[in-house]
Amino acid sequence: MSQTDAKATILARIGHALRDEPAAPEVPRNYRRTSSLNHDDVVEMLEDRLTDYKANVYRETTETLPGRLRELLGDASTVVPDGVPDTWLPEGIEPVRDVNDSGSVLSARELDALGAVVTASTVSCAETGTIFLNSRPDEGRRALSLVPDHHVCVVPLDTVVELIPEAFERINHADPITMISGPSATSDIELERVEGVHGPRRLDVVLLG
Amino acid sequence: MSSVNLGMPGTRVAYGSGNLYEETPFPEHARSELENKQMRANIGHATHTIRTKRGRVVGELPDWQDLRDAGSAIKKEVGARLPELLEQFEANVTARGGVVHWARDAAEANGIITDLVRAKGVDEVIKVKSMATQEIGMNEHLEAQGITAHETDLAELIVQLAEDKPSHILVPAIHKNRDEIREIFSRRMPGAGAELTNEPAVLAEAARSYLREKFLDTTVAISGANFGIAETGTLTVVESEGNGRMCLTLPKTLITVMGIEKLLPRFADLEVFTQLLPRSSTGERMNPYTSMWTGVTEDDGPEEFHVILLDNGRSAVLGDPDGRSALHCIRCSACLNVCPVYEHAGGHAYGSTYPGPIGAILSPQLTGVAAEQNNSLPYASSLCGRCYEVCPVKIDIPSILVHLRDEDIRTKHGQRDDQASAQRATVLEARAAEAEASGAPVEPAEHPADFKKKRVPSEMDLLMKAAGTVMSSGTRMGLAERALPVGRGALKPFGGLKWLPGMVGGWTQERDIPVPPSQSFRNWWQKNGANAEQRVERDLGQTHLPQADGAPGPTPSLAAGIEEHAAWGAEAQAVYHLRAQRPDPEGQDTKSSEVNSTGEEPA
Ligand code: SF4
Repeated sequence: MSQTDAKATILARIGHALRDEPAAPEVPRNYRRTSSLNHDDVVEMLEDRLTDYKANVYRETTETLPGRLRELLGDASTVVPDGVPDTWLPEGIEPVRDVNDSGSVLSARELDALGAVVTASTVSCAETGTIFLNSRPDEGRRALSLVPDHHVCVVPLDTVVELIPEAFERINHADPITMISGPSATSDIELERVEGVHGPRRLDVVLLG
Repeated sequence: MSSVNLGMPGTRVAYGSGNLYEETPFPEHARSELENKQMRANIGHATHTIRTKRGRVVGELPDWQDLRDAGSAIKKEVGARLPELLEQFEANVTARGGVVHWARDAAEANGIITDLVRAKGVDEVIKVKSMATQEIGMNEHLEAQGITAHETDLAELIVQLAEDKPSHILVPAIHKNRDEIREIFSRRMPGAGAELTNEPAVLAEAARSYLREKFLDTTVAISGANFGIAETGTLTVVESEGNGRMCLTLPKTLITVMGIEKLLPRFADLEVFTQLLPRSSTGERMNPYTSMWTGVTEDDGPEEFHVILLDNGRSAVLGDPDGRSALHCIRCSACLNVCPVYEHAGGHAYGSTYPGPIGAILSPQLTGVAAEQNNSLPYASSLCGRCYEVCPVKIDIPSILVHLRDEDIRTKHGQRDDQASAQRATVLEARAAEAEASGAPVEPAEHPADFKKKRVPSEMDLLMKAAGTVMSSGTRMGLAERALPVGRGALKPFGGLKWLPGMVGGWTQERDIPVPPSQSFRNWWQKNGANAEQRVERDLGQTHLPQADGAPGPTPSLAAGIEEHAAWGAEAQAVYHLRAQRPDPEGQDTKSSEVNSTGEEPA
């Protein structure tokens, strides 16, 4: 049978299943949707949560940021999305841009040969220790923050919120979203947590502001 | 797919097929699993560890119950508005360059996937852990078609290399220890040398290098989805290791299989579920990675995106007002981790893709309870109620279990013959179709048509005997702890309320009890067990309970023996049945005030 048949059949089945016409309830949203903490406490909470996930957290200003990046990146070949401001980068570091000799974006294998990536971020939720990347020009496409083994993520302080609903308000669903809460991890073997499986095994977060 | 005509032209109930069946009735299977000491020890360790973590992070949120209320209401809304939401979802995915397919059952879904993979001219795909693809038996199907599906989740990889079955939704390889895993890897994983140690970090590293090559080279990936947003067409995958991100981002073609119940109406609803799921599931504030994508994005991720909307019995579940909330499940596995029956029987005893309390209600509903492979599952519970308390979307599993037991009994009494034969035929047809597709001979199984007829309520008898083994070997669970919850289930129909009130309505509050009060409850029972009769008398009044064939009646002490418990199970059915013919006593509160609300010893 054809696909139109399948769709029609499924919808007819569902229609029949709902013959008692159940009402759609009002959704009660009594959960917390706005923070009651002051911003310093929120930032401190984020730092605490990220550290708990075994991410390394640093606090820097625009002046100290390049120095910190130099220290964190060492001489790793580092890919940097086009939107990352040059002022972030330490002098003398020649970032790899996301374009190869033939003019297209780097292939997965090309990315795999790189050591690190520096990205910005859209919003971070302190309560859960979650950084949201939303594919903006300074975050790059998803593969950039995935394939290299070391991710340095810059979180401007004014993008830190306490609660998940506050974070979702700042997200654009039309573009791909990656929520990151610490380096990749598994507990699949005897529940023993191992940090770092397929995603970047090292996550450095720089709180900027 | 067979169906039963319900008297309305063109409207048919269709049940699901695939990996939804017990191969052996639960009690028999449970008994053999009980002999697997490793399984029991590991499952016990896992469930206890995860539930302690869960308790901690759930306790951290002052608005946990508000989140549960919201989650439950949103899921109810999805059920009520499903046709409209599906259309909306399809329109939005299509507008963003995705292709939506509809699959009535497992065979149709597998057929669509096979065609899509063939069209790409490849014979290898990578996949993200997904319950839906496991439910439809996709890997086996693809293999029969000459296509290898590589599992990329570490636990699923272990299970796949070992040619084993998952034992837990969240940690599928929990029944294997590190030595076994080392052995499996060094034997079955290309490139893993003999120098491999049994350190989890070393084993994880081996999996990383083995799979990295697959991620970089494979052009087609298959995933499930945790949520699909109707309003935007956005899909969501929640994971830990980064294998999900790899599969969703690097290949050229992505095929996502999603049950039709996984929709959420609005993007903003994710603010509820991204809080409920990780805390309930892994006991983390948040899982390491969550990916969301909408259709196809230029220069970012797959160039081609397909989503398959899978029915496979879900519409049949939706058609039962008393059971449909099983579709609210977000597969967090919290109910497994608190279930005393699961802990002792292990995940394999449930046969189906869905183990534990949720499996005990979902599998029989997807296939129809009259599919006799699954008719013992609703008995795989002591109705203690912990599953309900931890469920992030408030699925009233105990009530649905009682409801399904009633369905089962009515089936056996020949009161549901139409549905029963349709459900059995579904099983037969699905087996024949799968056998034909894979070129294997049709299994000459004794079931379903010739499946031995059981004396009502024989599953209950068997379960309780199996439970007896648990108790005698485990000595963890007192006899009384088992009797009581069954009794409470039996009282349900008299409350006019859900199952919570009853003899000890407060034993488990609709609150969290991180540590089951087994010890203290046993003490309580020693002091108060003798009054059980009076309490039953008070709650049940003068109602005459019809006796099921051969089942003994209530005895002066409920704790007198296991056989009596089986009798209680029979009574639960009888009471339920009787109740169905009587109007609800409005607002009657049967909560017993004399009983200490937590079952704890008074201080
Ligand atoms: S039934 Fe509830 S607790 Fe169990 S897996 Fe589903 S959502 Fe989780």
